[in-house]
Amino acid sequence: MADAPGNQYGIEIRGLSKIFGPRAAEMAPLVAQGISKAELNEKHGHVLGLRDIDISMPAGRIQVIMGLSGSGKSTLIRHINRLIDPTTGEILVGGEDVVKMDAAALRAFRRHKTAMVFQKFALLPHRNVLENTVYGLEVQGASREAQVEAAMRWIERVGLAGFEQHFPNQLSGGMQQRVGLARALTNDAPILLMDEAFSALDPLIRTDMQTVLLDIQKEIRKTIVFITHDLDEALRLGDRIAILRDGEIVQQGTSQDIVLRPADDYVESFVREVNRGRVIQVDAVMGPPAGAAPAGGVSVASGTTVEEAISALVGGTGDSVTVTGPGGEVIGAATLRQLATALTPAKEGAAA
Amino acid sequence: MDWLTTFPHLDNATLTALKRGIDDGFRTFTRAWGDAIETFFEPLRLFLIHSERLLLNTPWPIVLLVVGLLGWLASRRWSIVAGSVLTLAIIGFFDMWDDTMRTVSMTFVCTVVAIVVGIPVGIIMSRSNRVQAVINPILDVMQTMPSFVYLIPVVMLLGIGRVPGVIAVVIYAIPPIIRLTNLGIRLVDRDVLEAADAFGSSSWQKLKNVQMPLALPTIMAGINQTIMMALAMVVIASMIGVQGLGQPVLRAINNQYFTLGMFNGLAIVGIAIIFDRISQAFGRRLQKHQETSHG
Repeated sequence: MADAPGNQYGIEIRGLSKIFGPRAAEMAPLVAQGISKAELNEKHGHVLGLRDIDISMPAGRIQVIMGLSGSGKSTLIRHINRLIDPTTGEILVGGEDVVKMDAAALRAFRRHKTAMVFQKFALLPHRNVLENTVYGLEVQGASREAQVEAAMRWIERVGLAGFEQHFPNQLSGGMQQRVGLARALTNDAPILLMDEAFSALDPLIRTDMQTVLLDIQKEIRKTIVFITHDLDEALRLGDRIAILRDGEIVQQGTSQDIVLRPADDYVESFVREVNRGRVIQVDAVMGPPAGAAPAGGVSVASGTTVEEAISALVGGTGDSVTVTGPGGEVIGAATLRQLATALTPAKEGAAA
Repeated sequence: MDWLTTFPHLDNATLTALKRGIDDGFRTFTRAWGDAIETFFEPLRLFLIHSERLLLNTPWPIVLLVVGLLGWLASRRWSIVAGSVLTLAIIGFFDMWDDTMRTVSMTFVCTVVAIVVGIPVGIIMSRSNRVQAVINPILDVMQTMPSFVYLIPVVMLLGIGRVPGVIAVVIYAIPPIIRLTNLGIRLVDRDVLEAADAFGSSSWQKLKNVQMPLALPTIMAGINQTIMMALAMVVIASMIGVQGLGQPVLRAINNQYFTLGMFNGLAIVGIAIIFDRISQAFGRRLQKHQETSHG
């Protein structure tokens, strides 16, 4: 997927491994030879965090890393701003290797290139909303006017206008995470790291926050790394998705790739629970165009989800939709049957 | 069976020689360095004299007013203001005003010294487990060693008077502030520290913006303890010439003046309670952001 214009900070992770324990460096060759996580723990008393991770995250897009607890996803995101040091591997951000930075360079990198949102919010409890939001700029040494101006803009943008003087524990969880988001955005860094940012929120508020994030991303085009354990959230947000299990990547791709072509049983067991109609696009199920589009028939744009296509079909006449490309040309057609089979997880139907 | 009932010990001659050797060594050290050490503590002596003079020379109504004002600023509660002023007034009415002012001045100076020395030590201790392992036993010694024992070398070095008094009091009263500064910083939420790191805070910024503000309530508890312990030492310090409420108590012990001892003892209790309530109320007000929680 191409980088978005105006943001050159893609993230390139190569051969990244992390072993926890006192003699991690000695264990690295064993891990490279493919020792299992259980064996490493039993025989050597070291814990394998991540094994040989390769991900290329395009600039200006949302990369989701999905996995269950213990899969190493939070460890992985902490390598990008080196809150955790890797055992082996490289992390290239905008062409520069984060692993090789000294303390001062790393601090400058964290101040200007990254901002982070945390699962447990991690707001400063003794500071009010405004003072929390300016924190990143304050650490950078920006002038107070610039701090407040940027902070007020983002406080308003995330819907917290009027709450500037409130302390974090006077706010609900959803509002606290809005502060966390405003704090990260005020930093105006090209990379936004979100560690299970919405996992602690109620389902409705979570959906709401996802919408806020997607809306804002349309304007700011940050390189967002989003960690989650929820596949629905991953599919909704992710331009690209990587699925992590026991410290290894089991599948990478777009939401279509994951849902239509799960790499193994593990991924498939997740995909089974997904609302397929909202993920699968008509492009994946359509057949060749059946001649000219029937007059008065329903037509939808490429990239429309199956659910939307069906609801368009229900509202119109006929029993097939015409799919049009970006220029309005007809590129295919899908019958109601084809659309319906996409909703059932049987492999043949989905891959038709 | 004599060897079973008598613990095998160094013979008397060796022991005597050992003690004499150490004593002589210390005496030589005292002669060589006594003046230098006295010069080193000269600023402390001036600080003591000025603070005592200030309190003694200020007219009593102004002192009462200032105490009331401090009580109000710290607690915003009339009960604390009235209690403090009334207690001081009663103490003055029983003719213990000057001694009380001397004791308050002494306690103030000792607390300032304890804070200035104790908080940095606590911060260093919180940053390294090794430093903590070294300092902790020293603090244990300072708290449990009978005060009379370390009064001896202090008096040998600096003679009798206010400065050795302050040193003795600070040795006794400083451990809580060091321990609680260390504890307070170590208890700061790791998630918040990680966030500070993620935004690129330097270690000074982390200390100033995150660790100290969040440790402050714990540190305030340490300061409160330090004040209480400093007051408790006032009587013992009076034995090496520190003036104040301790001296009449000492006189009362020596001459079995029950009432004199009781009055002055109660005066110490009175100012202890004033210090305690005001400093605790201030500590609580520092945590105001935690009181109003989201329901």
